[in-house]
Amino acid sequence: MKTSAPALETRSITYADITLRVDGSDHRLTIDTRMTLLDALRERLGNTSPKKGCDHGQCGACTVLLNGRRALSCLALAVAYQGAEIVTAHGLADGEKLHPLQQAFVEHDGFQCGYCTPGQIVSAFGMLQEAAAGWPSVVTKNLNDPELVLSDDEIRERMSGNLCRCAAYANIVPAIAEVAR
Amino acid sequence: MKPFRYERPTDVASAVALLRGAPDGAYLGAGTNLVDHMRLGIATPDLLVDVRQLTSDRIEELRDGGLRIGAAVPNSDLAADRTIRRRYPFLAEAVLSGASGQLRNLATTGGNLLQRTRCVYFQDLTTPCNKREPGSGCSMREGYQRDAAILGASEACVATHPSDMAVAMVALDAMVRVQGPDGERAIPVTELHRLPGQEPERDTVLNRGELITAVDLPPLAFAANSRYRKVRDRASYAFALVSVAAALDVADGTVRDVRLALGGVAHKPWRASKAEQALRGGPATEASFRAAADAELADARPLPGNAFKVPLARNAITRTLLDLMEGQQ
Repeated sequence: MKTSAPALETRSITYADITLRVDGSDHRLTIDTRMTLLDALRERLGNTSPKKGCDHGQCGACTVLLNGRRALSCLALAVAYQGAEIVTAHGLADGEKLHPLQQAFVEHDGFQCGYCTPGQIVSAFGMLQEAAAGWPSVVTKNLNDPELVLSDDEIRERMSGNLCRCAAYANIVPAIAEVAR
Repeated sequence: MKPFRYERPTDVASAVALLRGAPDGAYLGAGTNLVDHMRLGIATPDLLVDVRQLTSDRIEELRDGGLRIGAAVPNSDLAADRTIRRRYPFLAEAVLSGASGQLRNLATTGGNLLQRTRCVYFQDLTTPCNKREPGSGCSMREGYQRDAAILGASEACVATHPSDMAVAMVALDAMVRVQGPDGERAIPVTELHRLPGQEPERDTVLNRGELITAVDLPPLAFAANSRYRKVRDRASYAFALVSVAAALDVADGTVRDVRLALGGVAHKPWRASKAEQALRGGPATEASFRAAADAELADARPLPGNAFKVPLARNAITRTLLDLMEGQQ
């Protein structure tokens, strides 16, 4: 019986040479244009701080800072973010010294399995900056109120893009509130 | 995911030319919807033309007193803009009620308008869907109908448009500025999105290769008294079952002018013109608000699984207008 390997489908895979700036260091990479920023971080740079939860932009586990703003790395194509300043939860710490948000999550037991935690922490970091800039949320009573107070309701609404399957929310909210107030 | 080439041209004309030569190409904004669809196999472009750097990311004053929102303005910047918050608060509220902080930071104004339906069958390649695969059938008609349209649907498609932002823009009679192979044109946002009819695969009236460059908001003084109310299955981070964008101008107990649009009820953001007509010049009372809602919803053709949307829409319209009455006192 004749056996031969089936012919591989001819594909025109396109590669791109890019530089990613991650947690303060530049990395030169040749990537398939299909690679997401999340996969580039985890699989090419070994930075497993951002997590792959849903891979559809629904859970927030992959949250990183893109040019200073929290964003979902699973929906971002790496090729489109060369030159961008990327910060992961790993990069928020100052060496061995935890960022105040990281410390607060530890002290308030703001996690159980920990899988969503890096995304929660980066998201909280970005969220606090947004609030400091006076950005309202949909639960803000007066859109034009200059005195924005981050109540627990505000924190919950602003963090709704980060899911926790262990439902550690009861401790996540106080952890963030401690740093916010 | 199918392999694709990636291009980042330096001006709009080059982007339009690139897509003209690539019948299976697509423009890439932030990609929050498109990249997901590419991963799912719903979209299979062989070329992505990155347009984020090509259009303005600023909000500018227009000479007529309106505002021009560049197509690349992120949703978060749009909602945070102080002029938008003051002059068109329902637009800020609409944007803030959609997606999550992370998504709003990425998503662009142009991309928000062009996002595709979240119909579960459209997103499930294993099920028939006329929008994804014309002629294959509509699974929602016989299936899970909670998210289905109640107005303007067709036998072929009962999907709804997911944008919150667009609902407020439709109420404002915003104009969408577009550049394409045949030059520039402006499209009323009320006419940008289509009803499904026999061609549910076409979401909008945009021609192949046309790129949204900006959205112009006309001046509307009484939009300072406006509100966006969104009803959904979760308090946050969910698409609308029904949403209402309303602006109200009342003097001496009479409705001088009103703008009303609905989300979650149709294949396009739904301008409630019949309700507006019923309200203008009439008494600003709960009874007349309810009657106006009924006038609009008389055309509703719900399915068994989403009949609740009719009273939900009636109540949401009435409540939103009543809230705006308080805002005027």
